[in-house]
Amino acid sequence: MSKGKLGYYNPDKPMENRITDIGPPHYMQFLPPILRRNYGKWLSHRILEPGIVSHVSESGEKVYSVRAGGARLVSVEHVREICDIADKYCNGYVRWTTRNNVEFITDSEEKAKALKKDLDGRKFPAGSFKFPVGGVGNVITAIVHTQGWVHCHTPATDASGLVKKTADALFDYFKEMKLPAKLRVSMACCLNMCGAVHCSDIALLGYHRKPPMVDDDYVGKICEIPLVIAACPLYAIKPATTAEGKKTVTVNYDKCMYCGNCYTMCAALPLADKEGDGVAILAGGKISNRISTPKFSKVVVPWLPNNPPHWPEVIDIVKKIVEVYAKDANKYERLGDWAARIGWERFFEKTGLPFTWHILDDYRLAVDTFRTTTQFKFTEHSWAVSKAVGGI
Amino acid sequence: MGAPGQEHLWDKEVKGHRTYNDVRTFTDDQLKNYTEEELKNFKPKHATPNLDELEKGPFPSFVSDLKREALHRKKLGQDNLMIPEGIVEDLLGVVELSYVDKETHWKHGGIVGVLGYGGGVIGRYCDQQQKFPAVAHFHTYRVNQTGGKFYTTDYLRGICDICEYRGSGIMNLHGSTGDMVFLGTFSDQLEPIMFDLTHDMGVDIGGSGGNLRTPSDCLGKARCEFACLDTLDMCYEMTMHFQDELHRPGFPYKFKFKFDGCPNCCVASIARSDCAYIGTWKDDIRINQEAVKEYVANKIPPDGGGMTGRNWGPFDIQKEVIALCPTQCMQWDGKKLSINNAECNRCMHCINVMPEALRVGKDQGVSLLFGAKAPILEGAQLAILTIPFMYAKNPYDNVKDVVRKALDWWMEEGKNRERIGECIQRFGLKKFIEVLGVPAMPQMVKEPRSNPYVFFKEEEVPGGWKRDIKEYRKKHPL
Repeated sequence: MSKGKLGYYNPDKPMENRITDIGPPHYMQFLPPILRRNYGKWLSHRILEPGIVSHVSESGEKVYSVRAGGARLVSVEHVREICDIADKYCNGYVRWTTRNNVEFITDSEEKAKALKKDLDGRKFPAGSFKFPVGGVGNVITAIVHTQGWVHCHTPATDASGLVKKTADALFDYFKEMKLPAKLRVSMACCLNMCGAVHCSDIALLGYHRKPPMVDDDYVGKICEIPLVIAACPLYAIKPATTAEGKKTVTVNYDKCMYCGNCYTMCAALPLADKEGDGVAILAGGKISNRISTPKFSKVVVPWLPNNPPHWPEVIDIVKKIVEVYAKDANKYERLGDWAARIGWERFFEKTGLPFTWHILDDYRLAVDTFRTTTQFKFTEHSWAVSKAVGGI
Repeated sequence: MGAPGQEHLWDKEVKGHRTYNDVRTFTDDQLKNYTEEELKNFKPKHATPNLDELEKGPFPSFVSDLKREALHRKKLGQDNLMIPEGIVEDLLGVVELSYVDKETHWKHGGIVGVLGYGGGVIGRYCDQQQKFPAVAHFHTYRVNQTGGKFYTTDYLRGICDICEYRGSGIMNLHGSTGDMVFLGTFSDQLEPIMFDLTHDMGVDIGGSGGNLRTPSDCLGKARCEFACLDTLDMCYEMTMHFQDELHRPGFPYKFKFKFDGCPNCCVASIARSDCAYIGTWKDDIRINQEAVKEYVANKIPPDGGGMTGRNWGPFDIQKEVIALCPTQCMQWDGKKLSINNAECNRCMHCINVMPEALRVGKDQGVSLLFGAKAPILEGAQLAILTIPFMYAKNPYDNVKDVVRKALDWWMEEGKNRERIGECIQRFGLKKFIEVLGVPAMPQMVKEPRSNPYVFFKEEEVPGGWKRDIKEYRKKHPL
């Protein structure tokens, strides 16, 4: 590899030797030979034990994959250690999954078991596992998330930290296949939702709760005002001029729902606020087409305080939802399907989560979420409404 | 486009393949430059009492990992690093400060990049540059991942060296779109990293901005028996074909391709891609009746063995498969399983439950669904089933034609920052199918419209829109 500050780059002749448009490396060269030989010929699979899944091909060959949980944020030292392990057990081949886990592909059950023991035995000095084996089958696998305070300019909370705490609390479910169906937990540090948070069984969402502050000194200098105005989905932003004659904008607080899209377009409209920001919890989404169709996650807790580094309020509720679901749902029933079957009134009753006006939809297509039938079950919530009007 | 002749650059099965030793930056001594004892006693520059709490607990701790990298960089020394050695220690410091302030300390954007490309590098600057000078710049670099996220250790070690020598040594494996991410480098290293990646590693960078984002895929036929689509081949071919659109943002906003081998959708294409390519079949599910009997006799664990952590009792095929089929197209008479395939909607449930007895059909192709996106701005959308089935064989010209039509229309009509899903909402699905040149089909909707506000075309209505009021008044005086 090149050495020195400039490497192969010559700033006096920037186009010289520049290679562009070559795309990714071709995938076939990174497939272990056993996968190449049986490409497109796989017959079936079976999970032998937590974290170890074997696939058998039409040719009779078998392959054994060992999956280990991973944080999305990794150091090169961590990756080098993964390379050492892959060199030892997998002839130097390794892959990652869509949800940030690592997979080691071996050609024998003994190797797979020895590898699992090795992986489970490695820990960081402070005690957390480096490569906990699991994450296959009806489990809560690694949590997909965004950048948070490690890198992003719009977050309402940290991602890696909240995910670590949540994953710790749900660790048993990562290792043991004891859920009725897969349960995907995802986290987004703001409404931009970089990832498939909007369709997860449980989603944690960093949330701003205050309209942006307008930095009059800078709006006219660093932002394209028409773009800022157009960015607001609720037409809450209008052009304005300060008393000193500076071009700026105003925000109609009554219309603003602090989605932050204006901030995305203009650095002079920051949103972050240590008291306003928090974490919302959504539930019941799914992506797969299995049995029922894909569905969006629904807001079940509109706001919880942001209390790093433990986020006890968030963790307690996530644990509660998982436990109630695990106990009550039928085999193969995803969380959203379970809630739909028992009725959302039962979901709120069983989880003990308060149902407040915040959870009633009032954005576009809200009418689609209203219950327009007499089919309902009685819960304390319904008695409260009856009492409020002298009905009982 | 593409790198002809480089398909086996790193191929361990081919003699003369490139190895880590051919490209390495660091020596073995430099790589193994601290002991476990030193790591245990290592105290990073800034106290991080909040982050230290995140070292406890079983799940891998990113804080412990960051500290490890911080020590390694310290031992390497500034002479061996092209950006500040203390970048990770300062990263720990600035994140700790965020934990105390409960607000981010990263500034908004900043235009950075490499010459000739309009994306792939995200600018990031810290707003505490006096306190944490080593993270004054913290740009991220998106590196195009391999299909299925397969790598060899030679390749990865090379990538790690670039990331550590010219960057912070911290990565995301992987980012949400699918790229490998180098998390944090300084502006003066952007071009040198580009040259190292393209020259020595043979890999390009990913996309960002109003462009085609880096396509990603499930591992498909490499190891999954459910795959009805060669996702790896198709994703590679489409990524190469659309390199220009990927690197030079010319779109109203982002556009994402994702390739799922089957309706299980492990890469979540149906939830987050503007064009979801989902493998499907149009003939019959293949049944091995003997194996079905083994499931019924509890000789094979159901659901691929994924539920053995709990005692669910004996397998009941009637309750668990037949009754749960969403179209009720299956029958079990005690001896034989039959499927009325014409009524099957290929939800994958029965195949997921009995993978050793049931297989996807052989007559395979791809369904195209358009328009999925996250909530910003008009709301979240799932992808719309538009093209039910296409045979998909390299070079996929038929599929490329359809996608080009969609892209051309959206480029023309899309407002700034309007995803194609929102554009379809604005113009109507009827306009979109006209653009693609396909007729309407019931499969595009859950149900027909219930409001009768149909915009007929003037040419459909005899006499057109203009009418003579005087003639009308002759018949109907006021």
